[in-house]
Amino acid sequence: MVSTQARNALAALAATAGMAAFVAGCGTTSDGSDSASSGSGGCKAVSIAYLGAKTGDSANLGLNMVGGVKVAIDDYNKAHPDCKVTEKDFDSQGDPEKATPLATQIINDSSIVGVVGPGFSGESDATGKAFSEAGLVTISASATNPALTTNGWKTFHRVLGNDDTQAPADAKYITDTLKAKKVFVVDDASDYGKGLATGVKKSLGSLVGGTDEIQQKQTDFGPTVTKIKASGADTVFYGGYYAEAGLIAKQLRAAGYKGYFVSGDGSLDPGFVKAAGSTGAEDARLSCPCGPASADFTTKYKADNNGKEPGTYSAEAYDAAKVLLDGIAAGKTTRPDELAFVNSYDQPGLTKQIKFTPTGEVTDAVVYAYTVKDGKIGDATVIK
Amino acid sequence: MQFFFDHFFELTITGLALGSIYALVALGYTMVYGVLQLINFAHSEVFMYGTFAVIWVFTAFGAGGHTSTGGIIGLLIVSVFAAMLVSGGIALLIERVAYRPLLKRNSPKLVALISAIGASFALSETMGLRDRITGFVGLDKPLADYVNGARDNSSLPVEITPKAVFKIGDYSVTTIDLLVIITALVMMVFLDRFVRRSRAGRGMRAVAQNPEAAALMGVNAVRVRQITFLLGGMMAGVAATLYMIRIGTTRFDAGFILGVKAFTAAVMGGIGNLRGALLGGLVLGVAENWGSAIIGTQWKDVVAFILLVVILLFRPTGLLGESLGRARA
Repeated sequence: MVSTQARNALAALAATAGMAAFVAGCGTTSDGSDSASSGSGGCKAVSIAYLGAKTGDSANLGLNMVGGVKVAIDDYNKAHPDCKVTEKDFDSQGDPEKATPLATQIINDSSIVGVVGPGFSGESDATGKAFSEAGLVTISASATNPALTTNGWKTFHRVLGNDDTQAPADAKYITDTLKAKKVFVVDDASDYGKGLATGVKKSLGSLVGGTDEIQQKQTDFGPTVTKIKASGADTVFYGGYYAEAGLIAKQLRAAGYKGYFVSGDGSLDPGFVKAAGSTGAEDARLSCPCGPASADFTTKYKADNNGKEPGTYSAEAYDAAKVLLDGIAAGKTTRPDELAFVNSYDQPGLTKQIKFTPTGEVTDAVVYAYTVKDGKIGDATVIK
Repeated sequence: MQFFFDHFFELTITGLALGSIYALVALGYTMVYGVLQLINFAHSEVFMYGTFAVIWVFTAFGAGGHTSTGGIIGLLIVSVFAAMLVSGGIALLIERVAYRPLLKRNSPKLVALISAIGASFALSETMGLRDRITGFVGLDKPLADYVNGARDNSSLPVEITPKAVFKIGDYSVTTIDLLVIITALVMMVFLDRFVRRSRAGRGMRAVAQNPEAAALMGVNAVRVRQITFLLGGMMAGVAATLYMIRIGTTRFDAGFILGVKAFTAAVMGGIGNLRGALLGGLVLGVAENWGSAIIGTQWKDVVAFILLVVILLFRPTGLLGESLGRARA
C-alpha cells in the first residue's frame, strides 16, 4: 500500500535521518564493545537493525514498526540478561534515496546480523540488491509490492502477504461473507488503488454492477455517489487511500446509501473514520494483509512504548524481529548462519505461521477484514 | 446518457452547491483583478485558512459527538465570523507583505504575480508545519488539539447530517444544498450592492477604471486595495465555512485545487466582473457534474477546462466581460 507519495516524503527525511542514525550508530557500537569486553566470556555483541521511516510523512507507520521491534528485543533481553542484543534504528523516512546509503552503513556494521525492514516497497526495491550481495538477511513487515520477490535476491523476506493476495481475498469476502449481489467498484487511479480494484473486479466477474474512477485529492464525489445509488449496488468496493475513502463513505451515507462499504489496507487508518465521521464509517469493512494485535501483545507494547497503542504493522514487525532473535538465541550470530536459519524457520508468530518460500514470501499469507464499529476500527476476522 | 437524464436534477443541484462555493472564492480573484489587474495566486490559501478557522472554533468549544443540533448551528454561526475574520486577516496580510511594497516601488506586474505565488507557498507550508512552528516556541503541547497531524487531514469533530427538505424530480433537496446555495447568493447580492452603492465601493470602481484619475480626485488607493482584499478574504471565509459543512475535511494543501477551480470560474464569467464570478462558478460546478455523468468521473476536469476554452474562443473576455470599473458593476 505504500505509495510514491510516501516514498517522496521519506526521501526528504532520509538525509537528516541518516545523520541521526550515524550518530546513534556510533553510540551503540561503542556500547556494544564495552559490554562485550566487560561481559561474560562467550557473549558476542550482536545487534539487529531497523531500516525504515521514523520521521517524515509516513512516520506513523514506521513508528508502529519500531515499537513492535522494541517489544521483541525487550522480551529477548529479559530472557537473556547476560548477553543482550542491541537494536539499531536507521531512519530512512521511507525514502528510497535515503535508504540506500543507510543500507551501506548497515552492511558495514559487522555487529548487525539481521535487518527488520526495509519498511516500504520503494526502499526495499532500492536496497534489496545490496543486502543480497552482502548476504545480510532482511525481513520486511510492510513492503507489499508483489514484484519484490521476483528479483532473485537471496536475502529478502517479508512476513505479510503481497498486494496480489489481497484482491482475491477481498472479492471472496464480498461474495462469501457479505453475500453481495451487485458490487460497484471505485478506484482512485493510483498504482495501488487501481491495481487493487482491477484485481477485485477480475475476481468478482459478473457481480460487478458498475465502476467509476475518481482522482486523488478530490473532495466532492457527488456524481460518483449518484452513480452508485443509481446502479442499485448493495456493496461498494473502493481501491485507494483513506483520505478519499473516508469522504466517499461519508457522502454515500449522507445521500442515503444503505449497503456495505469495503476498502483495502490503504483505507485502514484512523484517518478514514475521522474523514467519514462515525456515522459514515460505521460498519465499513477494511481489509489488510496485516494482523491485529493480541491483548497480550498490546499490554507489552504499551508498557514498552509509553502507553501508546500498537498500530498497523506493529505485530508484523514483532514477528519479523522475533525470527531474527530466535536465530541469535540458537547461536546463529554470523550472517550466513542467520540467513540459513531464517530460510528454514517454521514457527507460529503473532500474526500467522511464519515460514518462507524460497523467494522470501510468507507461505501463510493471511488477509484480515476489519469492521469499523462505534467510530473505531474494531475486530478483525481472517478471510478464508 | 440515460443515466444523465434520469438523474438530471440531482446532478444539477449538487453541481450548483459545489459551484456556489467556487463562486464565492472566485469573487476574491475577480475583485483583486478588477482593482489591480493582477491575479492574486495566494487567494487559495486565504480560503484554506478559513477552513481551519472553522475546525478550530469547534475544537475550542470542545464540540464532539455529544454536541446537540442547536449547539452545532450556534457554533457554525460563530465559525462563519471566525472564518471571515481569519480569511480577511490573511488577505490583508498578503496585501501588506506581498503586494504593497512592490506596488509602492512601481515594480512590473509580473513581479507581484511571482510574489503572490511565493506567499501562497509560504502560507500553505506554514499551515503544514504548524506543529513544528509552535514547537519552536514550546506551544505544541498546550495547542496539541490544534496543531497535531499538521500534514494530515483535519476534520470537523462533529457530524453535520443533511435532512431532505423537498423533492425536485426524484431528488430530495437537502438542508445543506439549500444552505450553501442560498448563503452564496445572499453574500453575492450583498457584495454587489456594496460595490455599487457604498462610498468604498465607488472608490473601488474609480480605482479600477483609472487609478491616476481616482488618486487625483482624492481616492486613497491604498485604502481601496485593503478593502478589496478584505472583502475578497471575507467571501473566501464564508466559502470555507460552507465547504466545511459540505465536505467536513481539509488539509494544508486543500486550497490548491479549489483555487484553480475558482480562478477558472472567475475567468469563465469574465474576470473583474462580480456577477461573472457567480455565473462562472455555477456554470463550472454544474458542468463538472454533467461531464462526470455523461463521459465519466475521471473526465470531469477535462470537461470543465474544455468548456473554458470554448467560452474564451467565442467570448475572449468571459461570459459577462470584464467590468468592475464600468458602471454596470
